[in-house]
Amino acid sequence: MRARRKKRGGVWLTLLPLYLFTLVFVAGPLVYMLVLSFQTRAEVWGVIHEFTTDNYQNILQPVYLNTFLESFRLAIVSTLLICAIGYPFGYFMAKLSPVWKGRVMMLLMIPFWTSSLIRLYGWIIIFRANGTLDKLLMGLGLTDSPLKLLYTYPAVVVGMVYALLQFMILAVYSSAEKLDWSLVEAARDLGATPLKAFLTVTLPLTLPGLLSGVILTFIPSMGLFFIADILGGNKVVLVGSLIQDQLMKAHNWPFAAALSVVLMVLTSLMISLYKRVTHTTELEGLL
Amino acid sequence: MGETILELQSIAKRFGQTDVLNGVSISIGKGEFITLLGPSGCGKTTTLRIIAGLETPDEGRVLLNGKDVTDTEPNQRDVNTVFQNYALFPHMTVAANIGYSLRLKRRSREEIRAAVKEALALVQLSGYERRMPSELSGGQRQRVAIARAVVNRPSVLLLDEPLGALDLQLRRQMQSELKALQKQLGITFIYITHDQEEALNMSDRIAVMRGGRFEQLGSPAEVYDSPRTSYVARFVGTANVLTGTVRSVENGVLSAECAGGCAGALCRGYSFLPGSSVTLAVRSEHVEFTRDKNACGLPAVIREKTFAGGMLRIALTLADGTELVASRHGIDLAVRTGEAVRVTWQPENAVPVDVDAPTGAAEAGA
Repeated sequence: MRARRKKRGGVWLTLLPLYLFTLVFVAGPLVYMLVLSFQTRAEVWGVIHEFTTDNYQNILQPVYLNTFLESFRLAIVSTLLICAIGYPFGYFMAKLSPVWKGRVMMLLMIPFWTSSLIRLYGWIIIFRANGTLDKLLMGLGLTDSPLKLLYTYPAVVVGMVYALLQFMILAVYSSAEKLDWSLVEAARDLGATPLKAFLTVTLPLTLPGLLSGVILTFIPSMGLFFIADILGGNKVVLVGSLIQDQLMKAHNWPFAAALSVVLMVLTSLMISLYKRVTHTTELEGLL
Repeated sequence: MGETILELQSIAKRFGQTDVLNGVSISIGKGEFITLLGPSGCGKTTTLRIIAGLETPDEGRVLLNGKDVTDTEPNQRDVNTVFQNYALFPHMTVAANIGYSLRLKRRSREEIRAAVKEALALVQLSGYERRMPSELSGGQRQRVAIARAVVNRPSVLLLDEPLGALDLQLRRQMQSELKALQKQLGITFIYITHDQEEALNMSDRIAVMRGGRFEQLGSPAEVYDSPRTSYVARFVGTANVLTGTVRSVENGVLSAECAGGCAGALCRGYSFLPGSSVTLAVRSEHVEFTRDKNACGLPAVIREKTFAGGMLRIALTLADGTELVASRHGIDLAVRTGEAVRVTWQPENAVPVDVDAPTGAAEAGA
């Protein structure tokens, strides 16, 4: 017992730099942001150290509240689509032979070698009027005129799905990979149809993967402002874009801080909900 | 054997280039305890999976209760399996695991609760309803797996090395419990093991498997006392196998010349011509020593004496270099290592094996 405690002490000591780093560079800015969100904006530049809750009251204005709701809606739509595509993908990927698993994993990783911003510009080429997609559809005779998809809501959704799908796939894959397939056989043997076996055994046992995939896609999709900016023009305004505008353009730092705090509280609530549901503290598939 | 409950008709199965099963046929009666015995890779698990419906045979038919179920889905078959790794659902309680098949059948809550309680009592785990599988020991998981498989009272219960992961003492206990359970329920058991002792102990009939075939199918006594091939003789009860030339046949007893001596054996209905070669199998406990130089016997040298598990094992080398083992209960001080002796056995304790004869002739003799 004593030896163990001594050993533990050693571990804590070696971890100390990490804790210090976290304290200074993560906890510090967070506290600073929290403090900032209760201060007053200066007339031209900077902050006046005067306590106020105006920033939070500001958020309750319909225009900003709508931005939150719009962000939520987009995040929900994107996440549902990502679930619908990513779950089957990850599930069947786990059933592939080791060689094919490696190949598919490689294909999933290749896009990460390029900046996500550059890949997004690729979508502009596809979506813009008379772009690749329009040419393809018109060439096939499916449409007569350009769809003009760029700077529309669907374009933003496609961008979100594209940017975040890998996280869902990897999360589902890692939990399906761990699944003992003899459990599915046992369910079948005990009288379950393939669908019933999936619903009662496979799905519950891969749920942690699916849920952590939801967390990994839902939360970033609230904040990925550049996707909405690039593919949605100024038509789709999200919380992420709002924060960026307030900080960089309007120079209203306290209000940007307040928006960030609210966003963080909302996402923290989601993570605690995830823990409640799955009884785990680790996010599956986090590489 | 009463009414036939399960019939396999020349089942064949290939995985890629490998023939896993080569025409396996068997007819199993109601309430029978059949053991498929063989080393790993002999096709016994594949046979079981084909019966369960988890695998489809390339050739042959599976008949359950007289109906062809070869292409029937596993959930449609009146057969349940106790898996080798137990395959308990980790996200369900013991009660939910056992009641799983009943819930699928949409039985009422009360009915399920009563059936689960009864099944748990059957495997002596009453009161464990609310535990999770992760909270159970290996032996307890095993019992839950059995309870889950019998709660439905299937026509046939398949057990894939169910005791493989348990320690020896628990294994012995579970052997007798399983046997008692089988008698109590009257369900046909098809049991897989590579442990010949387990097979001899529990089965009504044993099918010794080798390379995707049944090498011999018979009662434990038949398989043990009258192995048909040297493989069966060696695998079940580790018999001595030696080759020789037939000298004479008289009243169903043959006399052969092997390893510079004389050995006798039963003909078991085979006919032998003098001068033909023969392979004999004799159990170690039947090997005796004799001082009579004129009696039928083989000269041998005692190579080693070991004492284990209440048995004295004497390793001998015959004149032609063949290794032979004799065993005795208790410690026999009369034999010394390096001593030259003469070994013999009663002809009725030895049988010819690997005889190329139609199987019908062999069975008539057995």
